[in-house]
Amino acid sequence: MTMEGAMTLTEGPAAHARPVYQIDRLSKTYARNSLTALTDVKLTLHKGEFVSVVGSSGCGKSTLLKIMAGLLPPTKGRVVLEGRPVTGPRDDIGMMFQQATLLPWKTTLQNVLLPIEMRQGRSAAKAAIPRALDLLQLVGLGDFANVFPGELSGGMAQRASICRMLISNPAVLLLDEPFSALDELTRDFMNMELQRICAEQQATAFLVTHSLAEAVILSDRILVMKPRPGRIVEEIVIDLPRPRTLEMVNTPHFGDIVAHIRDLLGKEAFQ
Amino acid sequence: MTLHPNLKDDDEDTLWVEHVALIDSIPRWVAMLGLAIVVIAIWDLATTRMGWVSPIILPSPSETLSDLIIVGNNLLSGGHMLTALWTTTRTVLWAFLIAMGIGFSLGILVGETKFGERAVMPYLVAIDTMPKVAFAPLFIAWLGFDIQSKVALAAFIATFPIVVSTAAGLYAASENERMLFKSIGASRLQTLIRLKLPTGLPYIFTGLKIASVGVMAGAITGEFLGGGKGFGALIRESASMLDTPRVFSFILYLSLLGLALFFFVAFVEKRLVFWNKSDRPGGVA
Repeated sequence: MTMEGAMTLTEGPAAHARPVYQIDRLSKTYARNSLTALTDVKLTLHKGEFVSVVGSSGCGKSTLLKIMAGLLPPTKGRVVLEGRPVTGPRDDIGMMFQQATLLPWKTTLQNVLLPIEMRQGRSAAKAAIPRALDLLQLVGLGDFANVFPGELSGGMAQRASICRMLISNPAVLLLDEPFSALDELTRDFMNMELQRICAEQQATAFLVTHSLAEAVILSDRILVMKPRPGRIVEEIVIDLPRPRTLEMVNTPHFGDIVAHIRDLLGKEAFQ
Repeated sequence: MTLHPNLKDDDEDTLWVEHVALIDSIPRWVAMLGLAIVVIAIWDLATTRMGWVSPIILPSPSETLSDLIIVGNNLLSGGHMLTALWTTTRTVLWAFLIAMGIGFSLGILVGETKFGERAVMPYLVAIDTMPKVAFAPLFIAWLGFDIQSKVALAAFIATFPIVVSTAAGLYAASENERMLFKSIGASRLQTLIRLKLPTGLPYIFTGLKIASVGVMAGAITGEFLGGGKGFGALIRESASMLDTPRVFSFILYLSLLGLALFFFVAFVEKRLVFWNKSDRPGGVA
């Protein structure tokens, strides 16, 4: 099929911005079962860019994310963030998980401050309170700073975890299907919130998702991965204008892009 | 609107309502009191009224009550029974403290280290399957007839549930939570203290409640088998004299000690694990 404007270009709108995260010739083989999870992965995230990776389960996208987060060592290849190789967890990497994973015995504010408290101690956390409150304001949780997570809804909890991710001013945001546990309406809303927050923070974001629509509505570029062995098979530049709106989902162009990705992934991927 | 022929026009609209069971509409204390009255009435019928059961086997409620008052007076006036009860209380508290100390340590060793999980746990399981009361003669031989041997037996019995629950509690933190702590650069000790232990508290308290019951059983068993000056010795003495009402009232007062310990643990749990709102059936601790 033909894809007007959304063809497999390698030049995105942010392609001329400064590169933030650079990965080259990355391979990962699990020693235990000599399974090749990733082979020859190459990708660059530029400043302010939103990049998603889609693929069926087992295509290695979670492995890629863990390597990028410094949670898992690569077998081979170069993994460089802001000019420094990633050799473990770093405070300039922000992460968000499928669940909000807020600690129920800490207030929303204390949860947001957790990364600071762990890395730099209590007094540094105390000093960061104004910034944490600003962030809570940014995500619309200004009135919930001193509430325990048990009283937050799923969407509110994920917004608090956005603040926790942003508190240490990370150079890159790694998002591991962050809203997959939410209901569809909340999820749509949160995606729009995420877009707004990323724009305001000029964040460089990397999203792993199962949802093609979510990837298309949020991303400047989408990387399509295929399994056995995990590799990037195509890069799709999304040329929908920003800011994106939920109405765009209903446009033919949006449908074309989703259909194109679905085609790429093949029938076997989503069965 | 046409109605089914079986329905009359003046029928009420709501034809199917939720049935509320009678027991749900009664306050709990009324239900408990009601059951107690029924049981005591049957008990009274079987002993005083009909004489089905010999008073040596089962004393009547009135006999038991008057003995309860006698024992209660002795306890309140600081008689020899209070001294005995205090001995047993000390045994129980010491044993509980020791069981907590050893239980937490072994639980963390098993739950946190590969060595503990692989090498230590199998031995603990093996010892746990033994009838622990059988160790009583050994403890008496090692520690004598005084309070120490009873403390040892009670602590020995109460340690295992704490070990198992602590180890299980340390596994309770989810994969995402562990990843979060890793990604924010938390050390292993920080992860243990700030994530795994708090997350495991509900499990740990379940173990502590089981241990609080076990420690009572251990202390009394120890006093049965090893003599001494505790409440267990008093019970055995009364039983050997066929003074069944006395045995009954001793058991009742002893159960107050067990209840106090159990509810103290439950109270601390409620304070400490304030975020856990899991409702247990009947609302019992």
